Amino acid sequence: MNETADSVSDIPVDSQTTGPDWKTLLFNGLWHNNPAMVQLLGLCPLLAVSNTTINGLSLGIATAFTVLLSNILVSATRQFLLPEIRIPAYVIIISGIVTMIGLLMNAYAHDIYLRLGIFIPLIITNCAILARAEAFASRNPVVESAIDGIATGAGFAVVLVALGAIRELIGHGTLLADAHLLFGTSPLPPLIDLGEDYRGLLVAILPPGAFILFGLLLVVKNLCTPDRKLQ
Amino acid sequence: MESKRSILHSRRHGIVLAAFALLVTLALAIAQFVTKDRIHDNERNRVQSTLAEVLPKHSYDHPLEDNSIEIFDQIANRYRTCYVASRNGKPVAIIITATAADGYSGDIEMLVGILADGTISGVRVTKHSETPGLGDAIEVQRSAWIKSFDGKSRTVPAESRWTVKKHNGEFDQFTGATITPQAVVIEVQNTLQFFETVKPQLFNL
Repeated sequence: MNETADSVSDIPVDSQTTGPDWKTLLFNGLWHNNPAMVQLLGLCPLLAVSNTTINGLSLGIATAFTVLLSNILVSATRQFLLPEIRIPAYVIIISGIVTMIGLLMNAYAHDIYLRLGIFIPLIITNCAILARAEAFASRNPVVESAIDGIATGAGFAVVLVALGAIRELIGHGTLLADAHLLFGTSPLPPLIDLGEDYRGLLVAILPPGAFILFGLLLVVKNLCTPDRKLQ
Repeated sequence: MESKRSILHSRRHGIVLAAFALLVTLALAIAQFVTKDRIHDNERNRVQSTLAEVLPKHSYDHPLEDNSIEIFDQIANRYRTCYVASRNGKPVAIIITATAADGYSGDIEMLVGILADGTISGVRVTKHSETPGLGDAIEVQRSAWIKSFDGKSRTVPAESRWTVKKHNGEFDQFTGATITPQAVVIEVQNTLQFFETVKPQLFNL
């Protein structure tokens, strides 16, 4: 683990010239340079929406699609994106994508749309997406940018789901409750249900619990990636 | 010379940004056109299914959402939407929107169905931001508490008993949460009072 992390970090990803190195790109987005756990970007929706697994997964998917499409579009139009106007252009692209995803969710996943509420339009302000447009997509070909978008989006979604699952299990005593909102139409029983006897630790589903548990997640992540400065 | 070049430069920026804005607007217009009908249906279905929960569908034969009016409630100082349910052309019940502003966190929005004789056919919370695990027992998905209003009216229980048990009333409070159920009980009572004031007007439609 140690060795891999160090050897990967030595490859400067943003200056790839020889074909898409999808392994490095995926590893970076999911682990080494994870938008939520390493860059600590987009924490507002992350902490607010991760109170259940399904909420986290839904916002994770919506965010992943946004960063994928934004990376593809920014990369495809990068020759027109003159330095002076690149930021407003990114904002136009990202807000267009998010508005479109919002409309589609409202039409085809109405209950989820209502549950996530304001956090769907707020995907626009997730700086992880703008950061990928600026740092990667605006200077790399479309295929690499798409892979980077998938990796970043998946990296963000995985943290949302993990935090959502932990908070739901501790707070409600269930796992994957209300899965029918996302998959199928008939109500499905939760994957794990500790039953009526489990009263739930309320703090886990309230905002302070989000901070505490996210902090603990960061501890685990940092234990797995030793700080090179200390070596 | 220098300034002329900078003007040309700015113009090019403007054109590129305008082109981006135009293309994105076009894409959004298409997306809106494609999803418009479905979103409209979703919203209509949602209103219909909540209305059906507070008033059994078989008790009326006219689509409720086509027969609603806004009436100003002078005591609460806001408009309430009243859906008038009619059967064979005669009004049989009214569903009234209610908002309890003194909950634990933010407004609690509700629908209250009231039959012509003044008894409650059902109450449902449509929107709230009460504490999960404590105050959210007002949702029918979490507990059957909200159904304790069924069959109640302005005089059953007596006016002084229209509160939670902690205050010597008729209605249960929740473990660790009194403010939320109390706010709901008071607002349902207010809605019953409002019903009395608009009853002559609505039942003579």
